[in-house]
Amino acid sequence: MIVHLRFFASLRERLKMRAAERTLADGATVAELWNALCRERPDLEPLSASITFAVNREYVDRAHRLADGDEVALIPPVSGG
Amino acid sequence: MFAIVEDPIDAARVSAAVADPTSGAIVTFIGTTRDHNDGRAVTRLEYEAYPEMALAEMRKIGDTARQRWPIAKVAIVHRIGAVPIGEASVVIAVSAAHRAPAFAACHFAIDRLKEVVPIWKKEHFDGGEVWIGSQTGQRFTE
Repeated sequence: MIVHLRFFASLRERLKMRAAERTLADGATVAELWNALCRERPDLEPLSASITFAVNREYVDRAHRLADGDEVALIPPVSGG
Repeated sequence: MFAIVEDPIDAARVSAAVADPTSGAIVTFIGTTRDHNDGRAVTRLEYEAYPEMALAEMRKIGDTARQRWPIAKVAIVHRIGAVPIGEASVVIAVSAAHRAPAFAACHFAIDRLKEVVPIWKKEHFDGGEVWIGSQTGQRFTE
């Protein structure tokens, strides 16, 4: 399945991109997605505790199972207002 | 009125958006760029948003506020891009028949916005720049 990743703020600057497509095994969880990203980019590992995730614009926990076509946003600590 | 804008916010317009004949109170919060933070001299803030989700979360805050307090209308407008010292980054207006719920709901709205709305500020200061962020861990609870 293919998911559409979106990156913001500090993560966007670190990865030097706003968005990416990712192919994952069917039924992969957010945790598995994050682990795969960290394997490719070990510099993401220290951010693990502070990144949260949204799928199709709703916050989810890392056990959430992804579906084909999902938009997954990687959300660094927010600081609006 | 729930909006993310790139131009200076007209706070009077946001207040006017919640005006209502049944309301005896309009409480408006304006968040402005401060010239100092954590011992640093701030020169400007720059805001970035995940706009589709930020708007959805802002609307949810309005819905929650209306469920919890006897209020009439809520408006939240957040600015993105560069916000110079003294200018408004966010304006929240709440109308209600009486002032106590209007104050309470407005206070809740800005506190909650800071916890959950996917907007980020980058602080530019004398000597550098840094993304501001701290996890409160309150995201999944009401």
